[in-house]
Amino acid sequence: MKQTLYTFEKLKIASFDFTCCEGCQLQLTNRESSLPDFLELLDIRTFREISDEHHQDYDIALIEGSISRSDEVERLRAIRKQAKVVIAFGTCACFGGINSLKNRFPPEVCSNEVYSGMAVETLPVRKVSDIVTVDLSIPGCPVTKEEVERIMVRLVTGSQIALPSYPVCVECKQQLNTCLFELGELCLGPITRGGCNAVCTTGKTPCLGCRGATEEINMAAFLELVRHRKFSPEECREKLGFYNAFEAFLGHET
Amino acid sequence: MKRECRIDIHHLTRVEGHANIHISVRDGQLVEANWAVVETPRFFEVMLKGMSAEMAPFLTSRICGICSISHALASIRAVERAMEIHPPVAAETTRLLAMQGETLQSHALHLFFLAAPDFLGTTSVLPLIDSHPDLVRAGLLLKELGNEISSATAGRSTHPVTLVVGGISKAPDKARLAELYTMIHERKAALETASSFFRTLSIPDFSRATEFISLSNGSTYPSIGGKIISSDGVIKEENDYLLMTNEYCRENSTSKFTRLSRTSSAAGPLARLNNNYQLLHPKAQEMAASFSLRPLSHNPFMNTVARLVECVEILYTAEALIERLLDMELREIKTSWSPKAGAATGAVEAPRGVLYHHMETNRAGKIVKADCIIPTTQNNANIELDLRAMAEDALKKGKTDREIERLCEMVVRSYDPCISCSVH
Repeated sequence: MKQTLYTFEKLKIASFDFTCCEGCQLQLTNRESSLPDFLELLDIRTFREISDEHHQDYDIALIEGSISRSDEVERLRAIRKQAKVVIAFGTCACFGGINSLKNRFPPEVCSNEVYSGMAVETLPVRKVSDIVTVDLSIPGCPVTKEEVERIMVRLVTGSQIALPSYPVCVECKQQLNTCLFELGELCLGPITRGGCNAVCTTGKTPCLGCRGATEEINMAAFLELVRHRKFSPEECREKLGFYNAFEAFLGHET
Repeated sequence: MKRECRIDIHHLTRVEGHANIHISVRDGQLVEANWAVVETPRFFEVMLKGMSAEMAPFLTSRICGICSISHALASIRAVERAMEIHPPVAAETTRLLAMQGETLQSHALHLFFLAAPDFLGTTSVLPLIDSHPDLVRAGLLLKELGNEISSATAGRSTHPVTLVVGGISKAPDKARLAELYTMIHERKAALETASSFFRTLSIPDFSRATEFISLSNGSTYPSIGGKIISSDGVIKEENDYLLMTNEYCRENSTSKFTRLSRTSSAAGPLARLNNNYQLLHPKAQEMAASFSLRPLSHNPFMNTVARLVECVEILYTAEALIERLLDMELREIKTSWSPKAGAATGAVEAPRGVLYHHMETNRAGKIVKADCIIPTTQNNANIELDLRAMAEDALKKGKTDREIERLCEMVVRSYDPCISCSVH
């Protein structure tokens, strides 16, 4: 039997997508068994991907995607003006994500390569916090629905919100996995923030660091491990640069 | 009285990505029917340059949040064919099952979340939770089943983990496969609930002759690889995908357009069904017959019915694939390989139609050139011509501006366009 003993104010929430695959928004519709309860927490004011309703009176804005065009900059600034809380939702919003890989080439080279000469506007990819103040970041490519559910409950109840501070290795060990370094793989688990339940390494695929740096990151020790295991600097750079999530920690040593 | 009408839909809702519709009628004549894709481009073909080939599926899966498994497998197939890598049978069977899960999830999302509100006159699925609880429950059960199949076979439903060049990185757990088998059997009832509901709806009576393009392998309903065929009789090998697409740029559209024998062509569930009807499971054919859907159907709204038919096909195919996996020793799951220079195409039937990735590798195993042609790109010209024909038809029938707008939105949604995918 379902019982309601006390009611909270629903979150007036809006979801917006920018330069991205919309996979993080899609996660909002996943975990179908808890979906009706999850929706009870939300008063969805705008969510173009699933609804025609479009209302400007939202408090919380979920921002999915990175920013790579001037109209996106304008849209994002307007959202910041309206929202009390801006959430960078997913790896692209938090760090620029895979889209940043295009920043290795000048914009005109990109547009020439793909649109064979037709002028198509594109700017170097930026993360959301490069343009507006971000109040909360939920990383992940895609975001983990369980974590999103926990955070929404905390927003509704006004409780403190914190992401796990430990690395992916902790969750990987809890699953009794053999360390991928022992299987000859270069894995970013030791320096990446946990909270994903080590989904990639449990699938025997190395972590590529989509959740960004763990709190007490020891990059020097990690790079020493990589050298000791005889991985090439190029291989290491390719993995560290995949989501642009370790930009701040990359010195000359890699 | 001469009719004037202007419809400007900015950022069409209940589709994936950003596009606008412009319809303009002056003196009773349709002067403009424009499908404008304004989505921000991401430049995946540029991102892939210089990348290690084994990283390609992890990157290209991020082209799409809904059909990430199709993208990963198209890249894997292209790289494997370019480097002459032959994955073990267990891996190939697991990949086919992963495809079933993804398409079921995607079709359920479209049928219940995106399309059903059009037929019931609501703005989203949310009001239906109270007004049509059984329908929504059935939709969630099917969508969840799709996601469960994908997770069990690919490690995760969105952005797969275990699909790798050479095979799969981890074998699916047999106990979980057995559970899925039971789950599939149990959830056939949910599909029955859904189809009974859809049979009560009136599918708009509209058709415009076009050319349907899909994969075909002659023995099973298409999924991964095969010949590329069209309903106008064109047949090509996978590596000749460019001759099938003739992709071109159009001003003010960040998504490209394609064409074959006519000014437009269609990919997707209806194209697959039209081209492969005889290969459908008898139960799936029964479902099609119950909606009077027979090849060749030129009514784009029949895409929605074709999705239901494909859901039936998927449940039976998934059962058979699980039986095969349960009978196998899932020990040999990955072929070891060394880098090689080569070039090849990987074509798969993504939920929205045939998807091509073409990869060229060098001796060091790096990608030197990549090309991705997306199902929605192949539907752009068809969508636009349908909009024109639909608007003209509605004008003749004396429909109101609001009715024309609604029909135009519906015809676009019938393709379930994945606009961010098409722009990539």
